[in-house]
This record gives sequence, C-alpha cells and structure tokens, in this order.
Amino acid sequence: MSSLKPSQAGTLESNDIVITVGLGSKGEGIVIEMQSTVFAQYGEQIRKVIEDTVKGQGIADIYIKAVDRGALDCTVRARTLTALSRAGVEIKEGQVWS
Amino acid sequence: MELRRTLMFVPGNSPAMLQNAGVLGADSIVFDLEDAVAPREKDAARFLVGGALRTVDYGSCEKIVRINPIDVSAEKDIAAIVPCRPDALLVPKVNCAEDIHQVVKWIEASEAPGQKEVKIVALIETPLGISNCYSIAKAHPRIVAMALGAEDYTAYLGTQRSDGPEIYMARTMIVNAAAAAGIQSVDTPFTDVLDDEGLVKDIAFAKKLGFKGKIVINPRHVDAVHQGFSPSAAEIEWAHRVVAVIKLAEDQGTGAISLDGKMIDKPIVERAERLLQLAKVLGLEGGQS
Repeated sequence: MSSLKPSQAGTLESNDIVITVGLGSKGEGIVIEMQSTVFAQYGEQIRKVIEDTVKGQGIADIYIKAVDRGALDCTVRARTLTALSRAGVEIKEGQVWS
Repeated sequence: MELRRTLMFVPGNSPAMLQNAGVLGADSIVFDLEDAVAPREKDAARFLVGGALRTVDYGSCEKIVRINPIDVSAEKDIAAIVPCRPDALLVPKVNCAEDIHQVVKWIEASEAPGQKEVKIVALIETPLGISNCYSIAKAHPRIVAMALGAEDYTAYLGTQRSDGPEIYMARTMIVNAAAAAGIQSVDTPFTDVLDDEGLVKDIAFAKKLGFKGKIVINPRHVDAVHQGFSPSAAEIEWAHRVVAVIKLAEDQGTGAISLDGKMIDKPIVERAERLLQLAKVLGLEGGQS
C-alpha cells in the first residue's frame, strides 16, 4: 500500500465523522486513532466498523484518524470508503456493504 | 395505486438528513446526488446514499435517487446506486426518449439477478424536454412518473419564476403527456418556504391542472401538499353519490342520468371511481374537511 496518499472524508456536523487516512508503515497493521462524542458507548463499535471496512478492501497497514460526531455505522463505513478511495484504493464493490 | 403526492428532496451528502428522512411523512424520498452535492463531494455522496439505502429502514416511503445528468456522471451514479436497491431513479434534464434508453441500458447493466426492477421518474427541465415530453413518457415501461423542474426550465427560457404564467405551458404539456402515457405527473416545487398562503394556492392550482403530486424541498411543506392532493370530504361524498346514481340508472336501463342538475356519464363516473380508490388507499373514511 505504499502508493496510498493522505486523504480525508466527512464533516464535523452532527451524525457525521471525519476520516483521515495517513500512510501506515509496513508491518504495523491497521492503526486507528479515535475521538468521539459517544466514545464511552460506541467507541469500540466505531473502531470495529472502520477496521472491518479497511480489511474488506485488503489493506493490511494503514493509519486512520477518526473524529466522530455520532455517526451511524453506515455513515462510518461510507466515510471510510470515501477516504480510502480518495487515498487511491480501488474499492471492491462486492465487499462494501456485506 | 402508488402514491406520489410528495417527492421530498434530501441532500445526498448529509448523514443527519439521510438517516431521519423516513420520519417526515413524505410518500417518496429523493436522495439527491445532483444539485445538493458539491462537485468534489459526489464520490462521498454515492457511498453515503448507497449505505443509507442498504441499511436505514425508511418504512413504506418510496426510495428514489436523483442521479447526475447523462452527460455528467449518470453512468457512475447508476453503477454505484442501482445495486443498493433503490425503488427508482430520478433522471434530471431528460431531453428525449434516447436519454431514457441510455439510462435503461446502464440500469440493466447494474441490476443484480432477481433484483426488483428499478423504475424511472423523468425530470423535465429544458425547453427540448418539454417539446419531447410525450415521447419521453412513452420511452420505456420503467417510467412511472414525469416531473417538472421549473427553475432550470425558466433559466433556459431566459426568464424568471413569478406567480406562474411562464411555466403554464410546460405544466399542462407534462400533465397531458403523462396522462396520455398512463403515468403520473409531478409538479415543480414551491420554493418560498416563508409563503404558506402562496404554497396552498400553488398546490390547488397544480391539482386543478391534473398533477398527482409535487416535489417538496422543505419538510414543512409535506402536510400541506398531502392535504392538497387528497380528496376532500365534499369530493368523497360527491363521488359516492355519483356511483349510487349511476347504479340506479343502470338498474333502470338508462345510459345517462343527472345529479344536481348535471349529466352524469362515463367520464364522470370514472373520475368518481378514481377518487374513491384514492380515498380508500389514503384511509379517508369520511374524507378531509
């Protein structure tokens, strides 16, 4: 994934999330740094959605910063996919919403 | 009978509006990928609308997606959205039947085997589209309705919106073409969110012309449009009396009969029956006052 470029998707409005993709180092895995207005209740779920979405695209090493404002799972997934796509990942449609 | 009294627009890149759209009471929700989305956010809106279609429960609302124009990014929109199973696509700036044929090809290429057929609502908003509206309405069986987009239309004419004369011909042509093709006609939105009196007059006029519903760009307008396009108690009572009197005529072996001094014949009976059918679908026992 050395060809990935830094990218961002989403907004800081209510019910949205900003996903920022940075370059991950080989062998470090999927690193997710997270802030959320509902971290105590849903932090782990949001992290899982981001991680599953990234894995679903076959990415092993990546750095993601997520700033959440109460997004639903489908929004978290959509913003993650948008950021990945903007980073240069060719999105595999069949694994997007499964 | 599919109800399309209100086609309510929701911006395609707003998670809050997308997730709450189903509770606003509209017959149809239109997830907008076109004018409501900035060019650099089109990709984000496709993912967001696709995800909402797949995971958010919109109850009995019809789910329509307004794609971008055919010469912009319609093909990309269709490839991303059709697999997410919308009920219909609203195709903007349709100019001719060939535009519909092209859209149908793209839809067919994206539909999964066994997927419920994605319908088409044609948005007519150019002088050429108005001139060709009957051939557009008849272009393909997937077309279930035709709507007027008056803001673009008047811009193309080189005039501006007022209280209606500049779009009168376009409105009547769309209503006529849709009726001739056996599909629904949907009126342009009323854009002044502060003018409640103007809204009620505009709805009443659209109904009088023969439209079956109206595009809505503000949730505050949903109730008024529903009321305007639903049969009133007086209309339902009249329809019941028509049906009763024509039955009497049939029993007596006469072809036509009068009610309140007016002749009742086949077209009147058919209108009364359509009105009662709509009242039944809406669950209006005694009608609206």
